Amino acid sequence: MSVDKATVAKIASLARIRMDDAALEQMVPELNGILQWVEQLGEVDVTGIEPMAAVIPNTLRLRDDVIDADPLTGGGRQGDVLANAPAAEHGFFGVPKVIE
Amino acid sequence: MTDLTQLGVKDIRDGVRDGGFTAREVAEAFNTAVAEAAALNAFIVTTPDHALASADAVDAARAAGGQLGAMAGVPIGMKDLFATNGVQTTAASHILEGFTPRYESTVSQKLWDAGAGMLGKLNLDQFAMGSSNETSYFGNVASPWRKEGSNQPMSPGGSSGGSSSAVAARIAPAATGTDTGGSIRQPAAFTGICGIKPTYGRCSRWGIVAFASSLDQAGPMARSVEDCAIMLGAMAGFDPKDSTSLDMPVPDWEAALNADLRGKKVGIPREYRMEGTDQAILDSWEQGKAWLKDAGAEIVDVSLPHTKYALPAYYIVAPAEASSNLARYDGVRYGLRDLPDGSGLQDMYAATRAAGFGDEVKRRILIGTYVLSAGFYDAYYTQAQKVRALVARDFERAFEQCDVILAPTTPTASFPLGSMNEDPLTMYLNDVFAVPASLAGLPAMSVPATINADGLPLGLQLVGRPFDEQGVLNAGLAIQQRAGFTAKPEKWW
Repeated sequence: MSVDKATVAKIASLARIRMDDAALEQMVPELNGILQWVEQLGEVDVTGIEPMAAVIPNTLRLRDDVIDADPLTGGGRQGDVLANAPAAEHGFFGVPKVIE
Repeated sequence: MTDLTQLGVKDIRDGVRDGGFTAREVAEAFNTAVAEAAALNAFIVTTPDHALASADAVDAARAAGGQLGAMAGVPIGMKDLFATNGVQTTAASHILEGFTPRYESTVSQKLWDAGAGMLGKLNLDQFAMGSSNETSYFGNVASPWRKEGSNQPMSPGGSSGGSSSAVAARIAPAATGTDTGGSIRQPAAFTGICGIKPTYGRCSRWGIVAFASSLDQAGPMARSVEDCAIMLGAMAGFDPKDSTSLDMPVPDWEAALNADLRGKKVGIPREYRMEGTDQAILDSWEQGKAWLKDAGAEIVDVSLPHTKYALPAYYIVAPAEASSNLARYDGVRYGLRDLPDGSGLQDMYAATRAAGFGDEVKRRILIGTYVLSAGFYDAYYTQAQKVRALVARDFERAFEQCDVILAPTTPTASFPLGSMNEDPLTMYLNDVFAVPASLAGLPAMSVPATINADGLPLGLQLVGRPFDEQGVLNAGLAIQQRAGFTAKPEKWW
């Protein structure tokens, strides 16, 4: 499978990366080179093989059901959470208007 | 007095404990060495005060007769992928420039608790995506090594290129690295140092900027196997804040180091004899077999039949996970925001990400987005996950016949900066020997073996069973004792 400029534009839009025409043109052969190379995976017989999502068998743990079980990742840290925001206003993240 | 910057982790720790010198003297010596080495561009920011404060705390604890930690008095470099409280953390990307975490990553906190101090935040490939340290927003890192008779700048490897450059140049006795598809082992091999990636889950990923979560593992980079064992012990351990953290006791790897390999079987994977591998690398592999035999091990042939498919599988799985992980950089909560005049929220996302991410990062996000998109998911992503299962199964079967696997770390020695930029694929191929162990989550290490005809270091790789870091370290120690690798780069910076 290979991609054309329209497909790359679609992917870039899904990935929320603005790309102008020149950037799209340049990306098409680069992505196709990589995609052609990964095509070889199609040769592998994977009959009966389960896709691997985790290398070490692990069950997800539940944390203790108490408030702020870990104070570092618990609540009450509004100041810390907002400290690096490009536009924090009134204790919230500020964004451009989203409702017309 | 001895030049303290020539000492490694163990010698510094023991010297501080025994009173041969103070932790402050060590920190001052390394702070000076770091300040003089700006030409390497190994650090994005330096933190001499952090190193001094930690050193003073260790000296005070010693004076008071207190217990000293495993890394007491050792100043280290911290890869700029670990969140450090109050110190800028960028992943070498413009999109995180200025980001100053209000918390500390688990691994870095453990190192400070063990008495280590921080010399600074080390440069890397942007978001750890790269094998040459040429994708950093903050400029290339130069290796301290050069080809004999040349002053062309060479690659320190990647993505932990600041780490490898600093440790090889003796401006840090050790550094943290992270390995997603070879990012500890390949730079270690390029610069003549040691580096170990432990079993997936040994080191907490909490507070490490995520690249590909099912692959990312932290590990130490230092100049000896002993130093790696000590530092890994300080970094590893269960962390409830990382859902994939291994809930297992951390063995005392340093105490159990043993280079006597009698009764051990070393597997030589026949599929690693690949076209395009330097003859000097193949020769060093033969030499490695002889060294391990001399240490008492039996050499056996093993087969890892899906080796050639590991790299393409990795270049689907890793970008897929990256495209998902990097969706968080949106210009809202932290980092860069680019808000063109009159634009709305969606335009802001797209403009921010266009301005903030480098080319290689964009390329991987696009590949990842494509292979996860409707209609292509099964053909690419599910297929790659199945091939990953086969790569892991190959190792399981091989480890029925051997205890540890010996292979080259890389197919070539380091190359000049700028020489591999024509086609992204050529760069990817440099990780061909490193990626399979990453896909299988296995502990793997690179140890320096020799130098080639150009005077550049070559590394050998050891891969072990899950949780058997000890077996990897022991075989590494056997090689280290026999290789007698003492070459070091001549100072030009």
